[in-house]
Amino acid sequence: MVKRLSVVDVDLCVGCQSCMFACNRRFGEAGLGRAAIHIQSAGGIERGFVVRVCRACPDPPCSRVCPTGALTRRGGGGVLLNYAKCIACGNCMRGCTLGAIFWDAELDKPTVCVYCGYCAGFCPYGVIRIEEVA
Amino acid sequence: MTDMEYAGDLSRVIYIDLGRRVYWVEEKPELFTEGFGGAGAGIRLLVEECPQGTDPLSPKNPVILAVGLMNGIFPLASKTVAMFKSPLTGNLGESHAGGRSSIAIRMAGYGAIVVRGRSETPVYLTIDENGAKFKDASALWGMNSASTVGRILREVEPGAGIRTIMRIGKAGEKLIPYAYVTTETYRHFGRLGLGAVFGSKNLKAIVVSGKKSFKFRSPKSYRTLYEELFKTFCKSPLMRKYHELGTPMNVLPLNMTGSLPSRNLQSNSFAGVQELSGENMAEKYLGRRTACAHCPVSCIHIAALREPYENEPYFYKTKMISYDYEPIYALGAMLELKSPEGYLRLMDTVEELGLDAMSTGVVLAWATEAMEKGIIKESDAGGISLKWGDHETYIKAVKRIVAMDNEFFQALAKGVRHASSKYGGEDFALEFGGNEMPGYHTGPVAHLGYMTGARHSHLDGAGYSIDQKMYKEGIKYSPDYAARELFEEEAWRQILSSLVVCYFARGVYTPETVSRCLKTLGLERDQEELKEVGRAVLRKKYAFKFREGFSLMEMRIPKRICETPTPMGTITEEMIRAGLEEFEKLVKQ
Repeated sequence: MVKRLSVVDVDLCVGCQSCMFACNRRFGEAGLGRAAIHIQSAGGIERGFVVRVCRACPDPPCSRVCPTGALTRRGGGGVLLNYAKCIACGNCMRGCTLGAIFWDAELDKPTVCVYCGYCAGFCPYGVIRIEEVA
Repeated sequence: MTDMEYAGDLSRVIYIDLGRRVYWVEEKPELFTEGFGGAGAGIRLLVEECPQGTDPLSPKNPVILAVGLMNGIFPLASKTVAMFKSPLTGNLGESHAGGRSSIAIRMAGYGAIVVRGRSETPVYLTIDENGAKFKDASALWGMNSASTVGRILREVEPGAGIRTIMRIGKAGEKLIPYAYVTTETYRHFGRLGLGAVFGSKNLKAIVVSGKKSFKFRSPKSYRTLYEELFKTFCKSPLMRKYHELGTPMNVLPLNMTGSLPSRNLQSNSFAGVQELSGENMAEKYLGRRTACAHCPVSCIHIAALREPYENEPYFYKTKMISYDYEPIYALGAMLELKSPEGYLRLMDTVEELGLDAMSTGVVLAWATEAMEKGIIKESDAGGISLKWGDHETYIKAVKRIVAMDNEFFQALAKGVRHASSKYGGEDFALEFGGNEMPGYHTGPVAHLGYMTGARHSHLDGAGYSIDQKMYKEGIKYSPDYAARELFEEEAWRQILSSLVVCYFARGVYTPETVSRCLKTLGLERDQEELKEVGRAVLRKKYAFKFREGFSLMEMRIPKRICETPTPMGTITEEMIRAGLEEFEKLVKQ
């Protein structure tokens, strides 16, 4: 059962960023440094918001540009990150067209969605949800 | 883990000297362990930084922005406290704002920002984990629209989504003592003139960004408590109440009970109020609801106002203008504006020029009555004749207040206390301690609270809510009871504004819950200890006020508040004087 995070309706987003804080809490930490989902305004909050998160592409460009094979394709779409193999070159972050790979400054490694859906449990307005892809 | 360790990055205070263009960071854990940050830290820093008798517009007046222990850690801890000496009252200046300000400051790794001195030329600051930068703001100075300044800084600075852009408008540049600092376009350090203090420093904006992460001794208990709190908020009636209609949900109930000041408080209700009600605004104008960072409530209501260009067929602009209860009171009911379009356009002018909406409304209401009574002539007002309900003229007047192009508008630009001391009409000049009146005429305790509150704000001791409780339960006014209730409420709110939690969350963040939250952070404080810290912070603020010459005994009581009846009956000066005496005993203990 392969899952991914789906953006149901971005216009429902109020920009509270509860999902970002939730993502960081996966590690039992507060704050934003480890979040793999990002909410920003679409050019001023009066214009609404943009949700940046991995959409689990079937043929992910981030994986193609990884020189060490640390970022491998996941069956059904998306990627899996092997921290031991990662050399922190940042190619994946630059290679993601959606800007959905982030940087963990403390670990000095990329941060990418693991499709756990914990964040969706903290979205009070139903903007995001976890769904099965295969 | 000791008290000093858990505060972590929070104990870092970044000092910025605009005159010398240098910055440095000092570790000050005691600000965050003894006072919990926010207001508690702010008042300590103000006492350290601001010498007795400082001119609020001189380089010696500091700008202090402080966050607290719970910002970035728990939901609805979304506010920043600004502390300074107020150019409006000449005394303690404190203002709170949300937006992304508190999260950005905390995530950049600071507990407080202290800005000293004055830049020779216009400057804006960028602050992140690596420190501060001084950037030229000459090209931003003098712009007519504060939202354009935000738009430009959004483009030229990094950190979309994890930053705050605090800036002033033209009113701040021109040192108008009720100028705001706005953040994320729609939230404000509105009251008491922080904008003028920025202006006096040639400081146009502060951009702060960061994305730190914080560890806990027991990550599991943190997660469990967070989840419990989040669920409680999402299920609480406050969430629905503030999400659906926002603060303007209070317009109709306050009007119905005769608590809504209208026509410069010549009346306690307003016949045309239906149009400006939260219900009508939401139905016809609401364009978007947004939230402060780390707050799921999303109480910010933004109207979409579609307007045609006069000489251009089929050409429209759509302006997004935020509305809340207080601006609807001050710019709507007080001026008897009957159309939402008129109100929104006036609000937009006030917003773009950078004034506090509440003070502006009260100033205009006083000026209108003064013209009605013949104290001010049309010739004094440069040909302008202010009339209730006439939003077009009010828009012109606001522009002229900021332009300060004649003696009358120069006087209005200094606030209602100054204008009435120059022209007369003090009896209906609605100010308390120099700050223009908030929108609750619920009874004697609301007014007593405006006078005794350290910020002269309705939010200090929430007297309106004490009035409402007394009304409901049939409790009669007694000075002792009123003073004690106000003091205890304001003292507890010092804890909330030290942590810094939004007051909308006060029903959930009870002393018991706060105590549990602090425990998760490694700090053991029982409920009584918490309350004692709150009282100490409030007394510290009051010590500053007394040092700067504030006197409860010499408080001016505008006659108007004793003329217009409240739901609690008619207020008398004796009732208020007796309450002031009781409050002084408590605050001087």
